[in-house]
Amino acid sequence: MICQICEERQATVHYTEIINNQTVELHLCEDCARKKEIIDQFGNFSMTDLVKGLAGFIGTESKEENLKCDNCGLLFSDFRKTGRFGCSECYKAFRAELEPLIKRIHGSTKHVGNFVPSKHSKEVQALSKIEKLKAEMEKAVQQEAFENAAKIRDQIKRLEKGIKK
Amino acid sequence: MSVAKLVGQIAGWLQKEGPLSDIVISSRVRLARNYDMIPFPHRANREQLKEVILKTEKAIDGSKYLKNVLIIDMSELTDMDIQFLVEKHLISREFGKSRAEQMLAVSDKEIISIMVNEEDHLRLQCIQSGLQLLDSWRLINQATLELESQVEFAFSKKLGYLTSCPTNVGTGMRASVLIHLPALVITKQIGKVLQAVAKLGIAIRGLYGEGTEAYGNFFQISNQVTLGYSEEDIINNIECVVKQVVGYEENARTLMIKEDKKAIEDKIWRAYGVLSNVRIIDFQETLNLLSLLRLGIGLKMIDKIDRILVNKMFIITQPAYLQKLEGKKLVPHERDIVRASLIRENLERKGTNKDV
Repeated sequence: MICQICEERQATVHYTEIINNQTVELHLCEDCARKKEIIDQFGNFSMTDLVKGLAGFIGTESKEENLKCDNCGLLFSDFRKTGRFGCSECYKAFRAELEPLIKRIHGSTKHVGNFVPSKHSKEVQALSKIEKLKAEMEKAVQQEAFENAAKIRDQIKRLEKGIKK
Repeated sequence: MSVAKLVGQIAGWLQKEGPLSDIVISSRVRLARNYDMIPFPHRANREQLKEVILKTEKAIDGSKYLKNVLIIDMSELTDMDIQFLVEKHLISREFGKSRAEQMLAVSDKEIISIMVNEEDHLRLQCIQSGLQLLDSWRLINQATLELESQVEFAFSKKLGYLTSCPTNVGTGMRASVLIHLPALVITKQIGKVLQAVAKLGIAIRGLYGEGTEAYGNFFQISNQVTLGYSEEDIINNIECVVKQVVGYEENARTLMIKEDKKAIEDKIWRAYGVLSNVRIIDFQETLNLLSLLRLGIGLKMIDKIDRILVNKMFIITQPAYLQKLEGKKLVPHERDIVRASLIRENLERKGTNKDV
């Protein structure tokens, strides 16, 4: 088989990738495979850049090209070229343009996994407060200060409701 | 710190066997995490990359779980060292391309490793033997949470953990299973299985190239989607698919034996014969023959060789690993000779699973 790119040398690198039911098949010579970054300097395979392709699909209007992230200076057009963001703030800077891309990649735009256990997040603060109140409530029960315990219980309930929201 | 300490050491996941290890080699879970505001590695300057390393080192120092990790400064490594770490499954192929201001942390049994300044500021991974994704996730999650109690990672309530590439946003988690499917390849059913799995939003690819004719019949199954599902759901989904594929492979093995047991037996014993007597062998042929030997052990046709030894041989016969064991650079022909004698030595010891 002859290399699909240069159409000269013998194809020695054969590569198939199936992503979401789409098969990409490549038969290349070593030189072309290296140029295409399909294999690295050791002749090993590297992932083809899926996102670059996807990012090319979206946001064809020219005004978006000039959108810029104030934190790192990345232009939206840079992102379209590389498929990589510059910093965490880029997600805010390009929020509107990003939605369709994220939806296309993940089929969703809402995180439901682990939440950051940051000391600063309201949820975590509420959770640690609940823990404290529970201890206080137990203490109150032990001391038979039931009225106080009931008050604390209501407070816990209110906090728990707040988190569920 | 150089990689010298890792040369004589066999990773924890290669020393024992986990669930379904007849067919499943290993489970790996990796998490991507970034610091807020600091540009991602590909856009950061040296000072910012240094800041990431310092921050991470400090957090590792302050963590109970990761206290005894081996810290490796990537800038001190040679090309061969890097390739060696790739072959050990400790780093990605992409890591170490630039090498300046990159750091690697490895736990003592090589179960947990952290790449600093790869595509994301942190890539934390846990690798274990057999099908143990959930357990691997718990281990790496615990280590990550411990770091997170000291530093703040970039996180959005809507999109979850923010990553350099939008394909990782959300959980930042990639869970993958390395699986050995010789009977599906031999009976030519692998194409159907690959397509069926790909339909489920899960990626499956041959580990050592050539598409469905993957050398050594190794395949990697991993999640594509990182957003919109919880970590546990993603893992459960992959585990279900893996169990199903394991079922297909088992059926294919039964079918294969029913149709022509002698032919399979012949293939396997020939592979064993070649490996036991070989004088010059390249890695590709090694992969294919070890794969048959591994199948023979699974089919109980060969009982004097330990599967753990075969798994280990897949790793230590790789080009850079060989050269590190030998302690010098070898041209391909020399490598093929050293590889052959390493294989013979290991098989002569009849599967006793001591040092390399």
